[in-house]
Amino acid sequence: MNKLVVFCEHQSHNLKRSSIELLQFGRSKNFHVVGVVLGSEGSAAAEQATANGAHEVLWFDDAKLNGYNPELFLTALEVGIKQSDARHVLAPASSIGRDVFPRLAARLDSSVASDCVALSVDDNAFVAKKPMYSGKCFAQVSLKDSPYQIVLMRANQLPVAAAGSSNAGAIKKAALPDVSLKTILKEVVKGASEKLDLTEANIIVSGGRGLKEAGNFKMLEDMANVLGATVGASRAVVDSGWVSHSMQVGQTGKTVAPTLYIAVGISGAIQHLAGMTGSKVIVAINNDPNAPIFQKATYGIVGDLFDVVPKLTEEFKKLLHK
Amino acid sequence: MKIFVGIKQVPDTETKIKLLPNGAGVDLTGVKWVVNPYDEFAIEEAVKIKEKNPGTQVFAITLGPKQRASEVLRTALAMGCDEGVVVNSNIELDNLSVAKALTAAIKAEGACDLLLLGKLAIDDNGSAVGPMVAELLGTPHISVVSKLELSGSTLKVERDVEGGAKEVFEVSTPCVLTANKGLNMPRYASLPGIMKAKKKVLKEYEAEALGVSASTAKSKMASFSMPEDKTAVKMLTGDASAQAQELARLLREDAKVI
Ligand SMILES: Cc1cc2nc3c(=O)[nH]c(=O)nc-3n(C[C@H](O)[C@H](O)[C@H](O)COP(=O)(O)OP(=O)(O)OC[C@H]3O[C@@H](n4cnc5c(N)ncnc54)[C@H](O)[C@@H]3O)c2cc1C
Repeated sequence: MNKLVVFCEHQSHNLKRSSIELLQFGRSKNFHVVGVVLGSEGSAAAEQATANGAHEVLWFDDAKLNGYNPELFLTALEVGIKQSDARHVLAPASSIGRDVFPRLAARLDSSVASDCVALSVDDNAFVAKKPMYSGKCFAQVSLKDSPYQIVLMRANQLPVAAAGSSNAGAIKKAALPDVSLKTILKEVVKGASEKLDLTEANIIVSGGRGLKEAGNFKMLEDMANVLGATVGASRAVVDSGWVSHSMQVGQTGKTVAPTLYIAVGISGAIQHLAGMTGSKVIVAINNDPNAPIFQKATYGIVGDLFDVVPKLTEEFKKLLHK
Repeated sequence: MKIFVGIKQVPDTETKIKLLPNGAGVDLTGVKWVVNPYDEFAIEEAVKIKEKNPGTQVFAITLGPKQRASEVLRTALAMGCDEGVVVNSNIELDNLSVAKALTAAIKAEGACDLLLLGKLAIDDNGSAVGPMVAELLGTPHISVVSKLELSGSTLKVERDVEGGAKEVFEVSTPCVLTANKGLNMPRYASLPGIMKAKKKVLKEYEAEALGVSASTAKSKMASFSMPEDKTAVKMLTGDASAQAQELARLLREDAKVI
């Protein structure tokens, strides 16, 4: 059986869905799955990993790994991969994944496929599908010639089945070697929103210049709260300073692929479409029947958003009994 | 201080993508090539550091086919970089090979105190080359930087992460940073800047002479495809109340997404 290392990211003591997807994928493809969990806050995540497909878990139970330090994470992950004798590595294409795994790949004289949306195994080699030009087209990346095959997957792309029972006996502790640090994490400044990041969200409610002013984003927040969604935005409103750049969707913002994307007062410029056409269902609300966004939408409402949005929020409340 | 800025040539964001027959790749004929938008933040930051620290030199470096690579470098030079370095390559290379070639060219140019790049290239969303070059140079790196304060050889750096949160790091030069939007407002190249850029030095290296070629690639891209056609949009009719009610029902009962 080929060995596979999965980077088990956790947040508030829980294993992230993006890592669960990867563990279950590995199991379904008959890998011997080794979950690597970093940090002394990872005990619950380690157990959850065993319940979601990991045959074994290497847990670096070390408080130095509780915040993100690129050098310490790099060292721990390298140790984890070498110790488990794996040549296949999967990680979420998250802030941490995208930062540390390319560097790890270079250390292992390997290539990395980042930001992938589908994955298959062909003759022991990973073949990953990735969006190009933020989703204007797709390519298949083959890692056959790479000594270590490292793929970073976007969240919400692979199916997740119910967890099995956990197996504390499969968790082994691993030790972080000494590293003389050149990079020091001084502090973490919390974001305004405790919600899921756009790149992980299942539902996104996104607003554009049609909202007229910053204060009107409150309407979208109300709808997002009812749906458990994250609020996004077009570049026009980010550039106007209404909302922060972390909320921008598009070719120079975040590329997203939620199951539901609700575009409110967004015209659908090519750069915006590039970032969100991978969404499963797209709703467009716009008073201009010729707005290009309707060409990509699943459902469209031509109307005044100030009229439609509050009514729609009320309907969602009724349906979801909130 | 010697700063390098890593730049990629990418198709203008307005570009409509067409595929080559059999999905062998993307048809790039007639494409307008521009500086990758995130690299503009890197250029701007390097030029700002230079303006504050006399004696600083800024080298813009890019890998690609000579003609378009040189054109894009001219933009960087017009924005204020001092010299350009082209690594000539006519083939698509994987991220590791690009990182190896850039590292070799930077080393050939002598010391590098700071390498700035964009956080990702908008063509392949790779975000790989910056951290890879850092590894090959043996320096620390911080990616997705939206704030940078330099005092002496110490850098205080803010990195954007999920949910709008920021990680604050301290690191010293030499190091590699990748720039996010928010770091600064890139300037437009001025007319005098453009005139001056024409006279600035462009050095050339051949990727093959730096040890990378098609045969060193560890990954390959193939089987390009277009997104699946969406089914035609269903427009909802009636007044706002009726539209809202019907949409909520469809999302729940038909699409099953809420
Ligand atoms: C290099 C480059 C990169 C870019 N990257 C991005 C990117 O990453 N993301 C991005 O989004 N854009 C990007 N853009 C900008 C893009 O081209 C558009 O300018 C932008 O997306 C427009 O934002 P918008 O749809 O909010 O505004 P507009 O195009 O002004 O659209 C506003 C819409 O609101 C509708 N509207 C107005 N009032 C109402 C009302 N009362 N009710 C209902 N509807 C109403 C209008 O009909 C209109 O369709 C980029 C541009 C460039 C040049």
